[in-house]
Amino acid sequence: MKSRFPALEAPVRRWVRPALWLLVVLPVPMLVAQLLLNQLGADPIDKLERLSGLWALRFLAASLAVTPLMRLTGWGWLVAQRRFLGLAAFFWALGHLSVYTVLDWFFDWAEIGKDIVKHLYITLGMLAFVLMIPLALTSTKASIRRLGGVRWNRLHALVYVSAIAACFHFVWAVKKDITQPIFYGTVVAVLLAFRVVWRIDRRSSSRSVSGDTQSKPVG
Amino acid sequence: AVLPGVARAGAMQDDKVTPEEDATSYNNFYEFGTGKEDPKEQAKDFQPMPWSVNVEGMVKTPRPYTFDELLGKLPVQDRVYRMRCVEAWSMVIPWQGVQLKDVITRLQPLPSAKFIEFTTLLDPKRMPGQRRAVLPWPYKEALRMDEANNSLTLLATGMYGKALPNQNGAPLRLVTPWKYGFKGIKSIVKIRFTDKMPNTTWNDANPSEYGFYANVNPTVDHPRWSQGKERRIGEFLRRNTLMFNGYADQVASMYSGMDLRKNY
Repeated sequence: MKSRFPALEAPVRRWVRPALWLLVVLPVPMLVAQLLLNQLGADPIDKLERLSGLWALRFLAASLAVTPLMRLTGWGWLVAQRRFLGLAAFFWALGHLSVYTVLDWFFDWAEIGKDIVKHLYITLGMLAFVLMIPLALTSTKASIRRLGGVRWNRLHALVYVSAIAACFHFVWAVKKDITQPIFYGTVVAVLLAFRVVWRIDRRSSSRSVSGDTQSKPVG
Repeated sequence: AVLPGVARAGAMQDDKVTPEEDATSYNNFYEFGTGKEDPKEQAKDFQPMPWSVNVEGMVKTPRPYTFDELLGKLPVQDRVYRMRCVEAWSMVIPWQGVQLKDVITRLQPLPSAKFIEFTTLLDPKRMPGQRRAVLPWPYKEALRMDEANNSLTLLATGMYGKALPNQNGAPLRLVTPWKYGFKGIKSIVKIRFTDKMPNTTWNDANPSEYGFYANVNPTVDHPRWSQGKERRIGEFLRRNTLMFNGYADQVASMYSGMDLRKNY
């Protein structure tokens, strides 16, 4: 890939990781401080549940934005940020699930089980999380080497299913005003649409030019 | 004074009044925004007075009533009620108001009237949440006449010993403690007596989730929330939700023979 914004590339490459670390970690002390200062309203558990889920979805969407950004800029090194953001999404989702399990239901497994089976939005939330587990476990460079690029990419395509499940989880968790879930759903839909367009593109071009594009990471 | 039934309600004897700050800053009042904290902020400039209520339908004299004509000189009640939201949280709120049955007696509905319907003010200038079609405005709620005449049913004009705050439905709202909170229609400008079961807002918006009766019922699950347990605002562990929110002694007889799974 040819770098398209050479002047920007060096500073962005230098600062992107510290900036992302800050973005991923900073909400934790902020939420803890708000909790301790009683700033989370009359039902702080509900608020924590919503906010942790929102951060998980934000980082999930951000991880999906990396590949399009890579195509746009031609900055191949961005691929490492994709895994970083994916892991950030996973840990926020884990936090979200912990708030639900510990604070909201305090290990009331019977009720949690009923909630998962009976309420589709909980089922989808669980699905979104469970699908992220193998992705988090294979997020190391060693895993990519072990699995090989093609298989690793195929496995990590699960993130699309997880993202779609997460969006519907959000839409159906909301009682009536779905402005916010629709916003995030649209962002995710646009990011996924890029993949669909590329695939169609590739199919039509591979008919004229014979070349194996399958082995390249596609995101 | 606490109603005898309220004090007796077994498992709930540890009912503590919810802090006023919580009850006035955590509100579902979509006319002033859909976030829980929105109504307190967006309703702060709302001027409820002067207020009048249009009385319509099967009633002796359908006409507009001023606030005082409607409620003046009726005995004021102090009632500490549990409030259970369909979203599975609850509060305990000290209300002041009049029994709806006293107002009904004053208005003299015709014998043919079987239901009473309430309508919230429709005024997007004063209620900014109505500028978005989140719900089919204006908000409407209704009760069967026997429910309306039940001695628990209150037209509240105050809480915590003060005039009803704007975000809690000033100047006049319904309180039916054995039903989910959304039945407690706020800022009422119209009362209509009718012989047909009226449409109600949440039922119109989402009929599979919200019924006409909306009685608190831990055995009938909402498609979205488990209704067996609830979190009392200010508490950590959820507690069991009681049938009719713990008011079965006073209200269960009104529904004898009815399938509450169908009539949710």
